[in-house]
Amino acid sequence: MSSKEQGAASDDGGRASAFSKTWEPSELEISRRKVRKKQNQRKTLIAIFSTVVVLGTLVTLLVTSPGWRSLTDTFFAWAYGVEVLPKIILGFSTNVLLTIIASTCVAIFGMTIALTRTSRSPALLPFRILATAYVDIFRGIPMLLVILLVGFGIPALRINGLTNNVLILGTAAVVITYSAYVAEVLRSGILTVHPSQRAAARSLGLSHFQTLRFVVLPQALRRVTPPLLNDLVSLIKDTGLVSILGVTDAIRAAQIASSRSFNYTPYVMAAIIFLLITIPLTRFTDRTIRRSIEKQNAQGLA
Amino acid sequence: MSTPVLEINNLRKSFGDEVVLQNISLSVPVHTATVFIGASGSGKSTLLRCINLLDGIDDGVIKLDGEDITDPTVKSDQVRRKLGMVFQAFNLFPHMTVRQNITLAPIQVHGLSKDEANARADELLVRFGLKEKADQYPDRLSGGQQQRVAIIRSIALRPRLLLLDEITSALDPVLVNEVLSTVRDLKNDGMTMVLETHEMGFAKQVADEVCYLEGGQIVERGSAAQIIEEPQDQRTRDFLKRVHEAGRL
Repeated sequence: MSSKEQGAASDDGGRASAFSKTWEPSELEISRRKVRKKQNQRKTLIAIFSTVVVLGTLVTLLVTSPGWRSLTDTFFAWAYGVEVLPKIILGFSTNVLLTIIASTCVAIFGMTIALTRTSRSPALLPFRILATAYVDIFRGIPMLLVILLVGFGIPALRINGLTNNVLILGTAAVVITYSAYVAEVLRSGILTVHPSQRAAARSLGLSHFQTLRFVVLPQALRRVTPPLLNDLVSLIKDTGLVSILGVTDAIRAAQIASSRSFNYTPYVMAAIIFLLITIPLTRFTDRTIRRSIEKQNAQGLA
Repeated sequence: MSTPVLEINNLRKSFGDEVVLQNISLSVPVHTATVFIGASGSGKSTLLRCINLLDGIDDGVIKLDGEDITDPTVKSDQVRRKLGMVFQAFNLFPHMTVRQNITLAPIQVHGLSKDEANARADELLVRFGLKEKADQYPDRLSGGQQQRVAIIRSIALRPRLLLLDEITSALDPVLVNEVLSTVRDLKNDGMTMVLETHEMGFAKQVADEVCYLEGGQIVERGSAAQIIEEPQDQRTRDFLKRVHEAGRL
């Protein structure tokens, strides 16, 4: 295989181009191309036709429904939407800030839990038990409940020095829940690195920690980047849940605006703002996933 | 007579109820190669993993340069710094280039500067004809090249003893030779080594001592010519006959 590869590489310049000049497609190939072209045209036509029929039917159903007029008035009053937009954007900055702070904390906390759970040191046994219990509990409780419990429970303790700031408590609740999710993603990544990699590193004299840092984690993180990006998209959306504590984020701002006018357009505006961030991020995630699959397949072939 | 690099006395190793190695005694003087032959499952790989402290042992003593490395107070990382190990499946780090694979341990374990480590790596890569692969990732290399990089990675640490675990078993026959000639070069340099192989011709060339392992015990040992050409024990003869029939002799 090696000599073949080397051959192909070194011949790239000279022979490959010489080949392409002399080659003329055969009669058979030309006729096959004609058939293929016809087939492709047919497929394109079918795709256009089915798209027009399906989407057209849906839009027609929607627009001709008896409540369409009143629905557009209450949900798509664009003039009012633009009027309240600055407030919603201001609220959304809270979501962004919360996402940045929370994702940083989640990365640190989640990694700590994942490393604790995958360690084998006897000294860490109690922490391993705690970490397992933590993950089990907070992965199993709806995040809304965690936000309510933290947001209303901690102030109720009336411990001196503990904050009553709903923004901080809300962020803490988000961090608590997402750390449990992310810890599991990271742990699964660490476990997928084959033991032979560890054996190779240890037999080179690397310590347990060095093996983790230079061999295991870089491979693990590469593999779990797509699911982590997925979690980031969810995190951005879920920061909206802290509005239940009275934090003035995009959702809360929209709620205030809509309750003043009994018009739901502010909610639609908030939804659009979220989409402006989450759709590009989702596309980016999809691309990352596709690339990592391609890379894995390429490795499988090699 | 100086102390042998590796000395094993009455080694015993089991996994649960299954005894995989027993009564293994061995002495590997400096600059010599001891070759283990035997069927898969005869305990060959386990023996190397025990020497490398990747697996614990049940009983016996393993001495490296006269130091008992089975003493529980011995730090296994310190021992492994003196040992090089090459695996059947190469086990290169896929996220690092060839050069990074080779320099990782010299930099992190031996405290070499990056320049020193790179210089040492490049010197070895040039010597073994892999210079142009230095900045490539392992998945761009052929199996034979990967295994040669793995060998260079383990000797970049200048180990006292090199352990080679069926290093050509995962390669197609065409690529076996380039790897074996690398090992032959190292032997000529005076590297002390313990290896396992199914390549009897190669064993004859490099081995100072050949041990035939069956059922976790050394059935027969002696010079390469003695064991491979004129085996005395019936079990060794049967094994070599099977190898011969498989066309590997």
